[in-house]
Amino acid sequence: MNRYPVWKYAILLIALLVGGLYALPNLFGEAPAVQVSVAKTGMRLDTAALGRVEEALKAASLTPDALALDGASIKARFSNTDIQLKAKDAIQKALNPDANDPAYVVALNLLSRSPAWLSALHASPMYLGLDLRGGVHFMLQVDMQAALSKRAESLAGDIRTTLREKNVRHSGITRNDQTVEIKFSDSAAMDAAKAIIQDQFPELASAESPDGTGFKLVASINPVAGRKIQEQALKQNITTLHNRINELGVAEPVIQQQGLDRIVVQLPGVQDTAKAKDILGRTATLEIRMVDESAEARAAESGSGPVPFGDERFLERTGQPVIVKKQVILTGDNLTDAQPGFDSQTQEAAVHLTLDAKGSRIFRDVTRESIGKRMAILLFEKGKGEVVTAPVIRSEIGGGRVQISGRMTTMEAADTALLLRAGSLAAPMEIIEERTIGPSLGAENIAKGFNSVTWGFVGVTLFMCMYYMLFGVISSIALAFNLLLLVAVLSMLQATLTLPGMAAMALVLGMAIDANVLINERVREELRNGASPQAAIHAGYDRAWATIIDSNVTTLIAGLALLAFGSGPVRGFAVVHCLGILTSMFSGVFFSRGVVNLWYGRQKKLKSVSIGTVWRLASEAQAPAVQKGK
Amino acid sequence: MEFFKIRRDIPFMRNALVFNAISGLTFLAAVFFLFSRGLHLSVEFTGGTLMEVSYSQPADLNTIRSTVDALGINDVQVQNFGTAQDVLIRMPVQKGNSSAQQSDKVLVALKAADASVTLRRTEFVGPQVGDELAADGLKALACVVAGIMLYLAIRFEWKFAVAAIIANLHDVVIILGFFAFFQWEFSLPVLAAVLAVLGYSVNESVVIFDRIRENFRRYRKMNTQEIIDNAITSTISRTIITHGCTQLMVLSMLLFGGATLHYFALALTIGILFGIYSSVFVAAAIAMWLGIKREDLIKGPAKKEEDPNDPNAGATV
Repeated sequence: MNRYPVWKYAILLIALLVGGLYALPNLFGEAPAVQVSVAKTGMRLDTAALGRVEEALKAASLTPDALALDGASIKARFSNTDIQLKAKDAIQKALNPDANDPAYVVALNLLSRSPAWLSALHASPMYLGLDLRGGVHFMLQVDMQAALSKRAESLAGDIRTTLREKNVRHSGITRNDQTVEIKFSDSAAMDAAKAIIQDQFPELASAESPDGTGFKLVASINPVAGRKIQEQALKQNITTLHNRINELGVAEPVIQQQGLDRIVVQLPGVQDTAKAKDILGRTATLEIRMVDESAEARAAESGSGPVPFGDERFLERTGQPVIVKKQVILTGDNLTDAQPGFDSQTQEAAVHLTLDAKGSRIFRDVTRESIGKRMAILLFEKGKGEVVTAPVIRSEIGGGRVQISGRMTTMEAADTALLLRAGSLAAPMEIIEERTIGPSLGAENIAKGFNSVTWGFVGVTLFMCMYYMLFGVISSIALAFNLLLLVAVLSMLQATLTLPGMAAMALVLGMAIDANVLINERVREELRNGASPQAAIHAGYDRAWATIIDSNVTTLIAGLALLAFGSGPVRGFAVVHCLGILTSMFSGVFFSRGVVNLWYGRQKKLKSVSIGTVWRLASEAQAPAVQKGK
Repeated sequence: MEFFKIRRDIPFMRNALVFNAISGLTFLAAVFFLFSRGLHLSVEFTGGTLMEVSYSQPADLNTIRSTVDALGINDVQVQNFGTAQDVLIRMPVQKGNSSAQQSDKVLVALKAADASVTLRRTEFVGPQVGDELAADGLKALACVVAGIMLYLAIRFEWKFAVAAIIANLHDVVIILGFFAFFQWEFSLPVLAAVLAVLGYSVNESVVIFDRIRENFRRYRKMNTQEIIDNAITSTISRTIITHGCTQLMVLSMLLFGGATLHYFALALTIGILFGIYSSVFVAAAIAMWLGIKREDLIKGPAKKEEDPNDPNAGATV
């Protein structure tokens, strides 16, 4: 009765192998590394860059332990931090000749020392949280009211233009918070305006409201459009943050949306919070100017003459210089949207820009006068400008819908649109939570967490072995298996491990032993009641199972509630807690039974099991040590 | 080895009133301290700035305090954290002083006073976040209570659900009472510990209830009180050994986990100790007073099967 069919052993074996394999990378530890990624959105890393890194290292006579192009970054591993620092300088010099305008982010990082075949299996060590590796955590709140107000402002401008075009007389348009108020002196004009708004501004819902002797129309952004605006604002802010953080040279930044209006930024390894805050809070601006195409300017462009008076020299993303007039035609404030798309006639990749009313008016006037000339769209950040794109004006562009196309791949179009949108933050942000953890504290926390788990584990194991003899040993093996599985699952999911997470690991091991104690006590009880050893094992596991399920479900309920409502440290705790409960059911019952079956199941005439003293009320006089093993 | 050589069932339920009086008094004391002293909430809940700095030699708290006071920041708490060299500085949210610049300013001032100071960690929490965390904590608690009651009501019976929740919520209140009495810092990890304890000690009650149900099936001649006594007696060794093992782990956290995990481990310790007490003495007694009966647990179909062969079929005691 205490035999497992082969398939059950097969499951156990597979679990053991897979668990062992995925837990393995954690044993290798981490080595100092240099990580190269692109600083600008428009660029891609390729094998050419890899070659340059290789050359640079060779020139500095540094040999990396491993060097590979891995998705979006090149990673080079070194044996110690000394070489790592030298290598970083060498790579920095080779890839970024102009220190003021870096094309690549060269950052220090830690990489798993695990061999390549493990990485090929996507087996990587657990992902450590900031409290274990050190770094900065910010939570930013996006001011959505401001985003909506900004949108209402630009809609007010659009309405003004449209009403003028349609010859609808009004006596004033004002923005009041997130609504646009239009006053009229007669009701016919109001009805006409209402029809126009309904027809041309699907984002708005308008309602009449009494206004003394006159008439007033109040148009407000409808909820659906409002949500869309908020979503876009958040996305745009995240994109902008991405671009800025690239400058910081952080190896693995995390930028995530949290809830409807929050963004979490985590910068592992960054210590200089002041600089990080400065960069996060900076505003970028977008400007549209005309390209100077005079002979002097052309000479300056090719480098053979000085930059003419009233002009400025900027670089395109390709490194090509462009001489641009100082006079600004439009700023990013007038740009409401930029999306990648296709030319409707040629099917070429294109970027579609949408301008607000004021912007479109200016744009129409400018384009009418300068057909065939080039204009430049510039992005200013940190007081440093860069030409995003400099297209030739083909025709007069009215209506505020602009299309930039030609000589562009779809990828480039997407990147350009992204950059244009990132030109200015959609809505202001405020830091509402900040955490900094020093690197020494991180290392200490790892040691503390590790020690807690180890010593607790040793204590429990010793006690179990002494109290339950062989069954205790089996329980301890099951507990070790549980730890292995938990580490493997955490590594596989790449869930963030924090100090509370390590505490949860210790706690879950303490709780997991409960299942084995229940089983062992039950087996003893069955023996005490006179059952044969085989029957006692069978009944012990069977009867304990219902109880184990019940007790784990209640613990799991608590864990899930923590997971649902917890944030930050609590979440880290809850993830490990819940996973630990699940793995403990598998290891504590299924696995330990398997080992017991393997040991005792074959012996048909089993006389005794080694489960410590089975104390009998009536049998005190008889030999008390019957149950001791050999 | 065997710690528990119990000859006959221990009459726990005979003294149920005494046990419940004791736990009732502890509960009232906890409530009293919760209201009179209140919880010492961490920065996470109240909002504000927290800095942990480290000096090369034992730090002079008074100098640090006056340095920070000189910056015009009021209500600053300065205390040692773990060792004499490590100092924790807590500052309330300043009106007008934008977000997290505060910690930078303080660090500059501290550096000027003693160059050996290094920043180990800072934490800034805006007031809006703190309120949310408190609300989320309460929501989580409500969810745990509702979830567990529902499960127990389905698996056992509503009387058990009520008994288990009363017993274990009283543990939670007692833990909070300890934190209020000693003014230990109540932080997010402590909240997690409290909720984990709730789930954990309910599982204690579940084990006993499971036994009670089994006993109702097995010993048809015993009355409810005897059945409960027997159930507790036969599970007591498991109860104490399991809790001992969990406590070993928690003890290891208390000893090796450092200052960060200190209160977390402390909350678990209190929770585990009172968890044993309340599940053994309180939960079962409340279930008894609520009038659990054999019929509540042994449902129709099982009965019918037994009927033909059992001479005592249908007999209740």
